[in-house]
Amino acid sequence: MSNIISVKDMCLWYGEHQALKNINIEIPKKSITAFIGPSGCGKSTFLKTLNRMNDLIPNVKITGDIRYEDTDIFSPKVDVNHLRKEIGMVFQKPNPFPMSIYDNVAYGPRTHGITNKIQLDEIVEFALRDAAIWNEVKDRLKKNALGLSGGQQQRLCIARALAVQPKMLLMDEPTSALDPISTSRIEELVMELKEKYTIVMVTHNMQQAVRVSDYTAFFLLGELVEFEKTDNIFSQPQDKRTEDYITGRFG
Amino acid sequence: MLNRSLSKKRKSFEVLMKILMLLSVGLTASLVLFLLVYVLVQGIPNITWELLSTKPSYLTEKIGILPDILNTVYIVIATLFLVLPLGVGAAIYLTEYASNKKMVGIIEYAAETLSGIPSIIYGLVGMLLFSNNMGTCLMAGALTLVIMNLPTIMRTTQESLKTVPQSYREGAFGLGAGKWRVVRTVVLPGCVDGVITGCILSVGRILGESAALLFTAGFAHALNGIIDGLAAPGATLTVALYVYAKEQGEFGVAFAIAAILMVLTVLINFVATLVQKYFAKRRSL
Amino acid sequence: MKKNQILEKVIHGIFLFLGLITVDCVLMITVYLVISGIPAIFEIGPVDFLFGKEWASTAAEPKYGILPFILTSIYGTAGAIVIGVPIGFMTAIYLSKLASPKVKSAMQSAVSLLAGIPSVVYGLVGMLVLVPGIRKIFNVPDGASLLAAVIVLAIMILPSIIKMSITALDAVPKEYEDASLALGATPIETYFKVSVPAAKSGIAAAVVLGVGRAIGEAMAVMMVAGNVPNMPDSLFQSVRFLTTAVSSEMAYSSGLQQQALFSIALVLFLFIMLINAILNFFLKREKE
Repeated sequence: MSNIISVKDMCLWYGEHQALKNINIEIPKKSITAFIGPSGCGKSTFLKTLNRMNDLIPNVKITGDIRYEDTDIFSPKVDVNHLRKEIGMVFQKPNPFPMSIYDNVAYGPRTHGITNKIQLDEIVEFALRDAAIWNEVKDRLKKNALGLSGGQQQRLCIARALAVQPKMLLMDEPTSALDPISTSRIEELVMELKEKYTIVMVTHNMQQAVRVSDYTAFFLLGELVEFEKTDNIFSQPQDKRTEDYITGRFG
Repeated sequence: MLNRSLSKKRKSFEVLMKILMLLSVGLTASLVLFLLVYVLVQGIPNITWELLSTKPSYLTEKIGILPDILNTVYIVIATLFLVLPLGVGAAIYLTEYASNKKMVGIIEYAAETLSGIPSIIYGLVGMLLFSNNMGTCLMAGALTLVIMNLPTIMRTTQESLKTVPQSYREGAFGLGAGKWRVVRTVVLPGCVDGVITGCILSVGRILGESAALLFTAGFAHALNGIIDGLAAPGATLTVALYVYAKEQGEFGVAFAIAAILMVLTVLINFVATLVQKYFAKRRSL
Repeated sequence: MKKNQILEKVIHGIFLFLGLITVDCVLMITVYLVISGIPAIFEIGPVDFLFGKEWASTAAEPKYGILPFILTSIYGTAGAIVIGVPIGFMTAIYLSKLASPKVKSAMQSAVSLLAGIPSVVYGLVGMLVLVPGIRKIFNVPDGASLLAAVIVLAIMILPSIIKMSITALDAVPKEYEDASLALGATPIETYFKVSVPAAKSGIAAAVVLGVGRAIGEAMAVMMVAGNVPNMPDSLFQSVRFLTTAVSSEMAYSSGLQQQALFSIALVLFLFIMLINAILNFFLKREKE
């Protein structure tokens, strides 16, 4: 199995505070990897490093090596906008733009230079279908996206991310703001998306990691404690700290 | 794959917007700088002790702006003296007494309307309402300014009252205090911030006002004490500037006044920011 | 006990009276303007008054057509908006999104200063810098013109536009911008294509506020526009605005002439009320 992301000895500082310590991880293609760990352990920070969203925060310093398909993502030759097109992101709180459903999905392709109406229509439909929301919204594409329910909004955000045809999706606790029914729909969707995309998902919910992911990475205090096949990590964790966490002794 | 750079179209959009933004900011900044420097350079050489300490005389053909300075001070005092109780009272009614949402909406809409009415209209109404009854005098001007500044005082007081924690009021009510006692002991002390901010803003506005005063307070330059002054017609600094520049062509004097007004404006802005910062800090403690 | 209740009632009454004072003022202003403004309109005839192209109040056979003033006010305001809004808007985006905190706060103080400068000072500088400048650059006999007024008004509305736009842009949730960046849009693309549309009600309110300021300004315009009741056929024409029409003749007017001035004020007031209503509409939408 080939890897899409490989990280070597990566550290990250917010000013004086070291938030990530010597992270080493290889993320396999077309799989679902879950990042688990208590709040403030660095899992979201690490996720946002992969598409360089942390660049926007002042005073962040990163060392080490992150390769996406064998390209160093911090190389000066890399265009960060292109990297973010390749690696899409879905946020914790559904954040559709205050525009129509159509314009939300078309925003990415338009940004990257597609103006042909027929082509855009196709992309919008394909993205909405892939995000399993097409049937619910196909009759109201011109309506404001903020009128959708929370779960629908999150699937719309997934569609919006898919519309730029990424290879990879980063999801930062995508179901934490949703009700159980919407959550299970998103989980089903994520498992379907694995066919085409590599997915990395931060989650607070260990059942969710078990249900959905192929691999699980456990973070604690800025360290990557353990990274294993999900089945293994939950049945026979190698590290005492992992065991304590998944058996609910802390966090 | 990843090292593809932005398309030409996107890049030119970036560059164009950046240039336009920087040009606009540069233009705004240089405008402020130019106005400040130009007015001070033209005005300060014309400010003499004689100008500041005398009244204009036809005999010596010399111009002094002491009456205008005093008139400005009188009108500021009179306006604040009248507008404070009204504005603070209105704000207290809105935050403490009004229970009818519709009523609150109407009052706030009225306040917004008042702050949108141009000063020339205030001048006209002030003339009809006050000057036609009590004669053209500083007091008529002050009364006009009271209406103009009412929304400002009301708004700043309201904002500071909103920061008085509900628990204080509940605490006082819980001790069996009547409404008026709660307002007097808990609410009124809470509006000091707003009153001070409102006063500073109002002073700025009164200093800069001219259109509303032309036909209400008039443009005489007589030297009076405060009581006689308020009952007599008189020009404030801004009105005097207008008269000297537009009607008499005395640009030296006009620039001297402009420089004084400019310095006062800078000063008021500075104090306003300082005060706001101080209150924000105290509130967050 | 009873005494206390009476006291409370009285005090409640006093505060109610104070609370209603703004409403009273608005009503009073409206009633006064209507009462004093209506008679002349009917004496002159509404059509002749509003659409008459000639204003000659002191002629032997006086003419009271205010179309020149109405058009001048509209053109002048439109011109100020055309110049002031793009500059203010671009400045606001830069300050809200790109400027360092230091630059932002310095520029905000500068903009507050611009807002605080009395209109007569703008008028004075306009008279002595702008008016001669226009005369020289465009080689016209008199620089006191519509163009001079437009430029002065554009500068005077800048602070309102910048301040309100910054407030609206600062309030755009960061989540929107993050989503756009994560899709591969550049920061500048994000600000123009996501933040600005998200803040559009607030920015629209800023523009409307600018319109209100421009149409209501009297003194600065009086000092630079030339103050002749011409139709605004060209930018270099000396013109008179609705506001200056009221103020320039008020001091010596009487009879029908003075009543006509009140009618002009009434027309101006109606414009302002309309603008206020539009402003309120946008502000309400911004809140939602």
